[in-house]
Amino acid sequence: MLETHETLKEGTQPGGPGVDKPTLTEREFTVKERKQWQMALRRFLRHRAAVVSLVVFVLLVLFAFVLPYFWHYKYTEFVSLCTQSNGLAGPCSPSLKHPFGTDSTHDMLAVTMRGTGQSLKVAFLIAAVGTGAGALWGVVSGFFGGFVDSTLMRLADLVLTIPSLALAAALAHKGGGSLVLIGLILAGVAAPYVARVVRGVVLSLREREFIEAARALGASNTRIMFRHLLPNTIPVLLVNATLLIAQGILAETALSYVGFGIQSPDTSLGVLISTNQGAVENQPWLFYFPGVFIILIALSVNFIGDGLRDALDPRQTRERK
Amino acid sequence: MTTVELGKQTPPPAPRPKGEPVLSVRNLAKHFPIRSKGLIRRKVGDVHAVCDVSFDIYDRETVCIVGESGCGKTTTGRLVLNLIPASSGSVVWRGQDLTTISSRGMRPLRRDMQIVFQDPFASLDPRMNVNELVAEPLRIHGQYRGENKGREQVRDLLAQVGLNPEHGSRYAHEFSGGQRQRIGIARALALKPRLLVLDEPVSALDVSIQAGVINLLEDLQEEYGLAFMFISHDLSVIRHIADRVVVMYLGKVVETAEADELFRRPSHPYTQALMSAIPLPDPVKERERKRILLTGDVPSPVSPPSGCRFRTRCPKFANELDNAQREWCVNVEPALEAKFTAHEAACHFASARTDILEVGADMRAVPAELAQWPTGRPSDEQASQPMSCAPEDGAREPIRISDDVTVDAEGELVVEES
Amino acid sequence: MTIDLEVDDTQREADPDALLVVDNLTVSFPTDDGVVQAVRGVSYTVRSGEAMGIVGESGSGKSVSSMAVMGLLPRNARISGSVRFRGQELIGLDEDEYAKLRGNRIAMIFQDPLTSLNPVYTIGFQIAEAVHAHHEVSKQAALERAVELLDIVGIPYPEQRINNYPHELSGGMRQRVVIAIAMANNPDVIIADEPTTALDVTVQAQVLEALETAREETGAALILITHDLGVIAGHAERIAVMYAGKLVETGTTEEVFYRPRMPYTLGLLGSLPRLDKQEHERLTPIKGAPPSLLNLPPGCPFTPRCPIAEDICDRDEPALLAAEGTGHAAACHFRSRVADIDAAEMFGTDAADDAPEVLA
Repeated sequence: MLETHETLKEGTQPGGPGVDKPTLTEREFTVKERKQWQMALRRFLRHRAAVVSLVVFVLLVLFAFVLPYFWHYKYTEFVSLCTQSNGLAGPCSPSLKHPFGTDSTHDMLAVTMRGTGQSLKVAFLIAAVGTGAGALWGVVSGFFGGFVDSTLMRLADLVLTIPSLALAAALAHKGGGSLVLIGLILAGVAAPYVARVVRGVVLSLREREFIEAARALGASNTRIMFRHLLPNTIPVLLVNATLLIAQGILAETALSYVGFGIQSPDTSLGVLISTNQGAVENQPWLFYFPGVFIILIALSVNFIGDGLRDALDPRQTRERK
Repeated sequence: MTTVELGKQTPPPAPRPKGEPVLSVRNLAKHFPIRSKGLIRRKVGDVHAVCDVSFDIYDRETVCIVGESGCGKTTTGRLVLNLIPASSGSVVWRGQDLTTISSRGMRPLRRDMQIVFQDPFASLDPRMNVNELVAEPLRIHGQYRGENKGREQVRDLLAQVGLNPEHGSRYAHEFSGGQRQRIGIARALALKPRLLVLDEPVSALDVSIQAGVINLLEDLQEEYGLAFMFISHDLSVIRHIADRVVVMYLGKVVETAEADELFRRPSHPYTQALMSAIPLPDPVKERERKRILLTGDVPSPVSPPSGCRFRTRCPKFANELDNAQREWCVNVEPALEAKFTAHEAACHFASARTDILEVGADMRAVPAELAQWPTGRPSDEQASQPMSCAPEDGAREPIRISDDVTVDAEGELVVEES
Repeated sequence: MTIDLEVDDTQREADPDALLVVDNLTVSFPTDDGVVQAVRGVSYTVRSGEAMGIVGESGSGKSVSSMAVMGLLPRNARISGSVRFRGQELIGLDEDEYAKLRGNRIAMIFQDPLTSLNPVYTIGFQIAEAVHAHHEVSKQAALERAVELLDIVGIPYPEQRINNYPHELSGGMRQRVVIAIAMANNPDVIIADEPTTALDVTVQAQVLEALETAREETGAALILITHDLGVIAGHAERIAVMYAGKLVETGTTEEVFYRPRMPYTLGLLGSLPRLDKQEHERLTPIKGAPPSLLNLPPGCPFTPRCPIAEDICDRDEPALLAAEGTGHAAACHFRSRVADIDAAEMFGTDAADDAPEVLA
């Protein structure tokens, strides 16, 4: 490189005084280097609701997984009850000591933290496993096409026709309400959705020239699928994963609500709502706090997904509307 | 007078590079089925994208395939690399027929034959940085030996194609078109191939940038002794880079020759028209040139014209031939053969023209050429020979052009009713 | 940014023949990263009946400048300067009046003919409509004229073709239909923006022929915008070379082609492979790529690619100045020196491209 540069300077410079200019190609243009993710980030940051939601979501995660270490009650710990207006001992209403109040045995803040944590764990599991399995499913289906494609897609249709909650309830009940099992089952039901979306993306990617280029280089099918096709579906996967988190939270809630979810003594937001629905009249804090958290999670994750979709959409340009 | 010389001179046999060709294409054909819409998707016909194409490529040689869109040049490139299966014919790569090899068996052979695509934007994986892109072929073939050595290989390759190796961690979209094409070339070179198929490598680039890429390709050929199959629609680029040229029209080869010979004495009316249509960046010459204007558009490859495929647009057919001669064009498929010039042209009434690029030269056919033209009408036997890649195979009824059958401006036969 | 432009005095507006006078036209687009200055002070004059070519590479602003003249830019474009057609100022004209002018006094031919043809009407109807707009004739006579026009632009079987819809025709034929419509309007200026770029060469030749015919028939002036120096050479009398949103060289076709005075033009000509040159010469590429029009640094925009650049080029952007006593103007500090240098001598025939790249 340096050599060619030298040759140009010495050998091919036109004559005439003062034309020797050593820095002829060294001047940089003033456009800032801009990576794809930086542009995506910029677009994301422009999406107000998504940014606020991201902050809320991060706070929720901290609330669920970090705050328990600093809170002086554990969710398993029994607390002393309060004297109520009728003179009997009963659940305490919210106070400085118990910001979320208590139920008949536990500090509600500690329990809500635990419940939020467990619900989030299930949701993350669903998002991770569902997206992963769906991506694999969709890539294989879209890449091979033909018989493989029809078989896999008919299978997806089949899974989608099954009333998923009923299936999950039945299976989860058999498994004794383990968090991992519930997550896996709900992920399995979610995977066909992802598979369909991914397949669509792969079908169009497959016709792109860089895939033909990979084939011309001698890449095997596996390599083309996992090294070239899959990475290019990441924006779609990311958006889908966030939406799955929201759906997962709601599905877990529903499952627990009908009693097939996580079993006590462990808890989740769904369990809390279900057990405390009778207390809406007398101890409304028992019901509303977990309820607000469910809504917060579902809303914030949905907005984040919206923001991501806008940010990663390749049709977006730098031009200002 | 140039033309008199043409007639007198017995042209010397075309100088062939020594040794065996590295790539030998014989009677290659590709038909894409056309399917009906709807559930059953019955096959309703064939598109004859490539029909009966033969050529050789020798070591260190640049063979250019030229033609307009839809002539099958790109498909030919894909067929040569076995990226799509051929319908018939053979592609022999150093003694091995590629059309019979499975895609798994093809993989090790891909080290030797690489491709550079037309679109430098679409052919690079957007999720890979330059280092990964160029390392990809090495990794695929297990030649990426350790992170340090591999990185070094990639840096060397980038330097070779005139890119700054420091930019290896950038993504393709951060580069200009010319630089992206250089990345594509570096990737193709990584495995030290012997044949590079270049599919319109510079047509997407601006002129000032295109020149750098052409120079680079010339240097690389010199340095590594590469054979190039250069596919392009641009005769100017081809004149600059080609050793031999294959001119295609509607899936068939209409003329092939050494580059100098072809540009000096184009013999097929299509080649002549193509050359005369290229605008020259020289105002005086450009204004004085006489263009050969073709009428109409390229016919559909689904039902190509009978006989000579070019006859529907051929200025010679329309203006110079009499009806008996036209019968040859309509009924008899012209063979690709060297009749009198040093090179092969698929035209019954081929005659070289020297006036296309040189303003003011003579263009009449010389006696030696006329002597090779068929006389009279084609016999019934000749006229009913099946066409290659015809929509329906088998013998045909010859079409007789008499007084009440004429040929219109588009070269279609019209029966006048009296 | 305003640039002091001193175009050669011969073609200022005092010219009685001046048909279209573009004066210091500037177009910019606001984006997230700043303002893109697509056109930076372009001035030219087109006289009646003359053929002018604007040549430049992608992103040079050649299309944007003509779109600005035609009032077809998106709303977010900021346009300043002046465009006068027969003395009437066009910048700031309201959409209705602009529409009246377009396709009437000013005809346009785009790269994609489908943008100017209505897909739901037959081409015969569309041409006849244009005929009607200018002549009080019967429907039958208008259709006959449509057939005649189609014949003039070289479409076979015009009697049958008038019943076709645009999508039934090939690209080359559509482009010729657009030309036929332009002829029917009897315009004063035809602006053709890359009219043949999407077409095969043999079809390109047909379309260019039709364009020439249209010009002969109507006597219209032609502004031919293209990246193809070959097309320009054969169809323009005067040329303007555009680079980075500015005209960098103007002159007659012969002057610009045979004695370019701007290193960019010289490099462009040297980097063209030639069909008419038998001896094999190395091409002379220009290193690097055109600059981004976003936050353009001061000085001559060609400096980073220019082999004869000096310190002054980094500081001052040269004005488009004519050489003594000619209309041949170049925007280069060393314009008098460039005229006698060979492209190969100036640019070298190197294959490398280690110039800093431009990020889009």
